[in-house]
Amino acid sequence: MSETTVVTVGADMFADAVAGQAVEVERVDWRPPMPGTQEHLARVATDPRRLDANARAVAAMLGVTAHLVDVAPASEVLGLEKGQFLHAGPPIEWDRTSGPLRGALMGGAALEGLVDDPEDAVALFESGDHVSLEPCHHRSAVGPMAGVVTPSMWMWVLEDRATGARTYCSLNEGLGKVLRYGAYGPEVLTRLRWMGDVLGPLLQAAVRGTEEATDVTGILTQMLQMGDEAHNRNRAGTLMLLRDLSPAMVTSGFDSSDVADVLRFVGGNDHFFLNLAMPACKLALDAGRGVPGSTMVVAMARNGTDFGIQVSGTGDEWFTGPAQVAEGLFLGDYGPDDANPDIGDSAITETAGIGGFAMATAPAIVRLVGGSVPDALATTRRMHEITLAENPRWSVPVLEFQGTPTGIDVTKVCRTGILPQINTGMAGAVAGVGQVGAGLVTPPAEIFPKALAALAAEVPAAT
Amino acid sequence: MKDHVELRSGAYADSVTLLQVSRAVQASPGVVAAQVAMATGLNLEVLEGMGFDIPASSPNDMVVALRLDDGADVATALAAVDAALAPTRPTSGDTTVAPARTTGSALRRGSTGAIALVSVPGASATVEAMDALEAGHDVMVFSDNVPVAEEVALKTYAASRHALVMGPDCGTAVVDGVGLGFANAVRPGRIGIVAASGTGCQQLLSLLHLAGSTYDDVGVRWALGVGGRDLSSAVGGLSTREALRRLDADPDVDLVVVVSKPPAAEVAGDLASYVDTLATPVELGLLGRGQRDLTAVAEAVLARLGHAAPEWPVAGTRNTGVATGPLLRGLFVGGTLCDESMLIATEVLGPIRSNIPLSDELALGDELLVDDHVMIDFGDDALTQGRAHPMIDPTLRNEQLARSAADPSTGVILLDLVLGHGAEPDPAALLGPAITAARTDRAIPVIVSLVGTDLDPQGLSAQVEALTAAGAEVHVSNASATRRAIQLIEGARA
Repeated sequence: MSETTVVTVGADMFADAVAGQAVEVERVDWRPPMPGTQEHLARVATDPRRLDANARAVAAMLGVTAHLVDVAPASEVLGLEKGQFLHAGPPIEWDRTSGPLRGALMGGAALEGLVDDPEDAVALFESGDHVSLEPCHHRSAVGPMAGVVTPSMWMWVLEDRATGARTYCSLNEGLGKVLRYGAYGPEVLTRLRWMGDVLGPLLQAAVRGTEEATDVTGILTQMLQMGDEAHNRNRAGTLMLLRDLSPAMVTSGFDSSDVADVLRFVGGNDHFFLNLAMPACKLALDAGRGVPGSTMVVAMARNGTDFGIQVSGTGDEWFTGPAQVAEGLFLGDYGPDDANPDIGDSAITETAGIGGFAMATAPAIVRLVGGSVPDALATTRRMHEITLAENPRWSVPVLEFQGTPTGIDVTKVCRTGILPQINTGMAGAVAGVGQVGAGLVTPPAEIFPKALAALAAEVPAAT
Repeated sequence: MKDHVELRSGAYADSVTLLQVSRAVQASPGVVAAQVAMATGLNLEVLEGMGFDIPASSPNDMVVALRLDDGADVATALAAVDAALAPTRPTSGDTTVAPARTTGSALRRGSTGAIALVSVPGASATVEAMDALEAGHDVMVFSDNVPVAEEVALKTYAASRHALVMGPDCGTAVVDGVGLGFANAVRPGRIGIVAASGTGCQQLLSLLHLAGSTYDDVGVRWALGVGGRDLSSAVGGLSTREALRRLDADPDVDLVVVVSKPPAAEVAGDLASYVDTLATPVELGLLGRGQRDLTAVAEAVLARLGHAAPEWPVAGTRNTGVATGPLLRGLFVGGTLCDESMLIATEVLGPIRSNIPLSDELALGDELLVDDHVMIDFGDDALTQGRAHPMIDPTLRNEQLARSAADPSTGVILLDLVLGHGAEPDPAALLGPAITAARTDRAIPVIVSLVGTDLDPQGLSAQVEALTAAGAEVHVSNASATRRAIQLIEGARA
C-alpha cells in the first residue's frame, strides 16, 4: 500500500474517500476565520517576507539569555525625573484611567513627595501640571498590574550580554494591599519606603557582590520543571533567586537585622521572582521586534482600561481594545462586581510562552477557573495552535518535555479564533482596594484583526 | 448565625486549590461564608476582615473558617470542606489532545511525506495551502474561487521549494496510487498524467484502466492535477512544469501524458522547449478546436506502448431506438466532457448553445432549454452557487432531463455519469429512474457516457446494468457516446 498520508482541510467527504482507500488521514478541525479577515490573511500568507521574517524574529527571541546585572533607582537607570510616571499597558490619559491605576499613581505621587496625602494627587493629575504618564514598555521596562514606576523606585536591571540590551522592572511588594493593585494607604507607602531604603540597596549590594551574575532565563528553565508557570506561580523561582543572592547579602556589611528582614520579606513573597521573569521575557521579545513582515506578537499589555498588543512587523504601533474582566476566584467577600478589568504588563510572560501558555507545567493554576489537570494540558496544547515555535529551553515534563508554545502569530489567532490564555491577578475596581482575586483572562478578540490589517497594509505589492 | 473556626496543623494545600475549596464550600447549603486558607499574614487579614476570630497560628496551619445559618450542621459543612479538599480522580483516556485547527498545525504534529488536500471555501484556501508548502509538503487545492494573484503567489513559492500545487480548482488527482478529490480507482502502472482538467483526467484514467485489463504494462500511479488556469499566461505553467519534472525524475514512470486546453501562446512555446529537455517521452493531449478528443489521446498513449486501440465497450444498444426530433440535448456534470462533446458535435451539427459556449454568441441566458442544440455543464460555478456539485446533488440536471424529454424537438439526450472516490455512492440509482421517466411517453434515445472503472467504489458493471435497465445506451468513451448521439440526430434529419 502507498505510504502517502493525507492531511485534509475542508469537506469531510474527501477525507472519507481517502480513508476508504486504507490511507491514513489527518483531518484538520477547520472553522472560518475571524470575520472580515480572509483577504488580509491571504495577503499576509503570500507575503514573501513572512516566513523568513518570522524565523528571524523567533530565533532572535530564543537566542536571548537574560542576566541579572544590577539593581538601581529608576531615576538612575531610566533617567526618570520627578513628575514622570511609568505605568503598565498601552498609553493612556488620566481621565481614562481605571481605579487601580489611579490608586497606584496617587500612591506614587505621595511616595515622590509631590503631595502629602495621596487623595490630593487627583487634582494634580487632573491638572496635568508637571506630571506625565508613559508606558513602561516605552522605556524598556515592564510593571506588573498597575505597573507604576516613579524615580525613587528601585529596579531590577537585566542584560543580554550578547548585545548589551537591557530591560527593567520594579521590585515586587508582595500580595494584598499593595501599590500595584491600586492600594495607597499608609502601610503601602511605608513598605515602599522600606523597599527604597533597605531592600533596594541591599539587593544592589547582593547583585553587585555576586560573582557570577544570576542567569534569569536559566532559573525560568528550572522553575518550569518545578511547578511554576512564572506568572501566577513563582515559588520555586523566588527560592532559587534567594539561593543565588543570599551569600552576598550576608557578606554585604549591611546590618544583620536588615538582612534578616530582607530574607524574610523575599522568602515570604511567592511572587517576588515575577518581577524578574517579566523583564527576562521582555528582553527576549524585544530582540524579536522590528522585523519587517513578521507577524509575531512582541508585547501584550493592559492598563486596566485597554488591552494592547505590539507586533514585530508593525513597529511600535499599539493595537488596542477594551480589557476584559478575568474569570476566577475571589479573596474573602469580594466578587466579580468588585474586580477591575485586566491590568498589567505581566502578560509579557504569555507573550514569551510561559504563564498561561505553560499551564500544563503548573496544573494547580487551572483551578482558578474550576478546571482540572487535563484542562491544564489542553490549554498548553491549544496555545501551540497559535504560536510559531516551541522554546527548546523551556520544556514541560508532563508533555514529554515538549517546549512551551512560543511566539504568538497574529495570523494564527485570526485563523483559529483561539485567543492567548493569560493567568492574572485581579485588582479591585475602586482605587485603594488592592487585590480582590486571581484568575484567567483573554485579550479582546478584535485587536488581532486590527493588527492583521496593519500587517496586510505593509505587504509590498507583487512585482 | 454561628462561626466555626478550626486550625489544621500539618495540612497543606496550594493557595489556588484553597480558593477553589472555599468557593465550593460557600455554595453548600447553610453556609453563609467560608474561607479555607493557609494562615499566612495576608490570609489572616482577609479572615479578620470577614469578622472571624482566629486563634494563634503559624503560616503552616490551614484555617477552616465557616459562618453558618443557625440551623445548619457544622459536621455537614466540614464534610463539604473535606470533599472539596480531596484530590479529584484523574480522568481516563487522553482528552487533552484536540484536533489540529490549521493545516500547519496538523503537519507540525508529524506527518512526514504527507500531502495536504484543501477544500475549504476559496477565500481561505490560499492560507491553508501556504501552510503545507511552508512545511515542505505538496498540496492539492480543490477549492475554487481563488484569485489568480494568489494562485501565482502559491505556485511561485512552491517552485522555489520544488513543491507541487495541484489546483486551485483541481478536482482530481492520483498520488502514488491514492485517489484525491473525485478520482477513479485504477490499476497502478508506469504511465504518469499531468492534467489541467478534472473530468478530462478521469476519462483518461478510466480508458487506460480498461485497456490495462488487456495490456499488462498499462496503468497509472500518478495523475497530477495542476488547475485549469495553470497554462494561462498569468500562471505560466508553473505547476505543469513541476509535475513534469517529478514524473520525469521518477524511474517508475515510462511515459507522461499532459491533458489540457491549449496553453496561452507564450506558455506553449516554453512548455514545448521544457518537454524537449526531459528524458521521459511526453504525449501532449491538448484539447480544443482541431485537436484530438480524449479517447484519441488515450489511443495515442496506447500506440506509444505498441498497443492497438481496444474496442471501447458499449451496452444497451437494444434500448436506443431512433431519434424523432432534430435537436441534440447534452446534460453534463463534467465540464471537460461537455466541452469535448461540443467540439465533436459542432463539426457535424453546427453551432451548439451552452452555458460554457465555444464562442460568446452561443451563450445561454437563464433559460437552459432553447430551440437549438444545447449542451449544459451543471458543474459550472453559476449553477453550483448555493448547492452541491451535480456529482453529489443531481436535482437540477434531473429536472432539466425531464424538461428536455418533454420537448418534441429533442431527438437525443446525451448524459455523462462519473464514478470514483468522492462521487455519489450509487449515482445510477438516482439517474436511472429519471431516464426511465424521460422515456415513458416517447422512447427517446438516451446516451450515457459512463466514466469509471471496475475498481471504483460504485462498481462499473453494476452502474452499467442499472443504466441499461433504465433504458440508456451506455458508452465508456465520451467521444464515442457523442458520435453515437450525432449519428442518431443525423438519422432523424435524413
